Amino acid sequence: MTTTKPVLLKLLEDPASRRFLAVLTALALIVPCLNLLVPEGSVFHVSTYTLTLLGKYLCYALLALSVDLIWGYCGILSLGHGAFFALGGYAMGMYLMRQIGERGVYGDPILPDFMVFLNWQELPWFWLGFDQFWFAMVMVILAPGILAFVFGWLAFRSRVTGVYLSIITQALTFALMLAFFRNEMGFGGNNGLTDFKDLLGFDLQSDATRNSLFFISALALGLAYLLCQWLTRSKFGRVLVAVRDAESRTRFMGYRVEYYKLFVFVVSAVLAGIAGALYVPQVGIINPGEFSPINSIEIIVWVAIGGRGTLYGAVIGAFIVNYAKTYFTAAFPDLWLFLLGGLFVVSTLYLPKGIIGLSRRLVPALSGTGKQAVKEAGQ
Amino acid sequence: MSLSISHKEKSILYMSGVSKSFDGFKAINNLSLLIEPGELRAIIGPNGAGKTTMMDLITGKLRPDVGDIFFNQDVDLTQYSEAEIANMGIGRKFQKPTVVETLTVFENMELALAGKRRVRDALFFKSTSAGLQRIDEVFTTIGLGDKRNLLAGALAHGEKQRLEIGMLLAQDPDLLLVDEPAAGMTDDETEKLSVLLKSVAGEHSVVVVEHDMEFIRALDTRVTVLHEGSVLAEGTLEQVQNNERVIEVYLGR
Repeated sequence: MTTTKPVLLKLLEDPASRRFLAVLTALALIVPCLNLLVPEGSVFHVSTYTLTLLGKYLCYALLALSVDLIWGYCGILSLGHGAFFALGGYAMGMYLMRQIGERGVYGDPILPDFMVFLNWQELPWFWLGFDQFWFAMVMVILAPGILAFVFGWLAFRSRVTGVYLSIITQALTFALMLAFFRNEMGFGGNNGLTDFKDLLGFDLQSDATRNSLFFISALALGLAYLLCQWLTRSKFGRVLVAVRDAESRTRFMGYRVEYYKLFVFVVSAVLAGIAGALYVPQVGIINPGEFSPINSIEIIVWVAIGGRGTLYGAVIGAFIVNYAKTYFTAAFPDLWLFLLGGLFVVSTLYLPKGIIGLSRRLVPALSGTGKQAVKEAGQ
Repeated sequence: MSLSISHKEKSILYMSGVSKSFDGFKAINNLSLLIEPGELRAIIGPNGAGKTTMMDLITGKLRPDVGDIFFNQDVDLTQYSEAEIANMGIGRKFQKPTVVETLTVFENMELALAGKRRVRDALFFKSTSAGLQRIDEVFTTIGLGDKRNLLAGALAHGEKQRLEIGMLLAQDPDLLLVDEPAAGMTDDETEKLSVLLKSVAGEHSVVVVEHDMEFIRALDTRVTVLHEGSVLAEGTLEQVQNNERVIEVYLGR
């Protein structure tokens, strides 16, 4: 235990992590190559549509990772994490809106179209600064971070836990959704922000930009994975597990449980915000629908189906469920919600440790470090 | 019965006129208790006598309705949270053995080990040889050294009890509150435990709440009898057992 190896090397000691990062790296490199270098007629060609779809999944995977960090390791079941994702997305969307400039329908150099439409004369104060990329990026981190800090401070200090916490997180995202739906809020009302043109001068429709965004999303996911891995493998992570499984014991050992929860909750919210910021330029729109409670519940389903408390399980769950969603909403649109509900029931009843738990039972050799297998997801 | 200020002078724990009620039920009723530094004190009482509530009041889990609770003469415990009180040097073992079942025995011990408890200390924590040595010492005392890499959830009931006591020792508190440590232990383990607690006393102060009379006898120390939230009798086990009110409470009704 007392090695002096660099932190990064220590994180790579875990075989499951190595496998995961290898697959992610391969994905990040091969998919853009197949899109850009292989001619369109070839069977190996990856269409830009598929590339963008995969890029979207990568953002969802990062979001799932952020939820697994708090739910899988600290037992904080947030049913409102979509709110942090959406806030990050809106911060990015506001920058992209300001970049449109005179190319908007109304051609106003400063005001976005929806403000001209509402007869607004000048930019609201909270839109100032969003023409600067760096400022928007700072807001991508600060907006979800500060909200999570204030919310977490109030909730954890008052010792709101379990289902009560889940309910107020749900209320939080619902309240934000209602607020963002209002035109007077100044975020484009129910249409949200869309019609984006370019990002740092790069055309959002071009293949090069789309490939770059895909690669950056994969990179963000990889770095976030390493961060979460570091957090959960340190003594900090063991305190989180102690809070999850024996909260009062942890208090009586002298740990300020509320500070630990607050810290990990803020980190998680920031990761969710970054996921949202990467998502918006790839899908080309952000609207209040992203705040809807059902979205946040879906994230929980991804993590539960993948297998919570493993980090990479959340990523796998996000990919599988979203692929299923893409397929079924196209092929059998009426069935999707039933299927999603069914998946959740099945995974809760028969796969308490998700796909990862199942694969470990079927292929014991895959289980990586044996200890980790048992450690995951206690209640 | 209220203790005078002069008694407070040489106390590690001082409770005076403490009451706590839940929905009109007085779980603790004008309780006064004084523990001297280094003392080993056994507390007995029938079910519902208020033993666990008393522990909750001392460790900050509950606040008294009225009354004073002082630690080390001048620290007013009613003003602090559980974590703050734990860091001041009061350790608690729960009635139901409570360890982190999804961590290994060693990891449980490492979490309990005395040290800084801030978030950043945990993030950049490196185990030290002094810390490892201390954990080894505790393993020598409680056993379980050969099971250090097992998950704590895999331990037998009595082993969990021992682990929790070990965690308490690793925490190195001045005052140990031990709630029914002998429950679920074999006679042999109980015997060892009484020796252990006696050896810990002196350097630390120990308050043991227990039902098991054999265990109390083995502790061979001053006994306080709680009944309906207040002190019924205090003295050696013989004195207490011959006290008429105690006999009435335990055997009568």
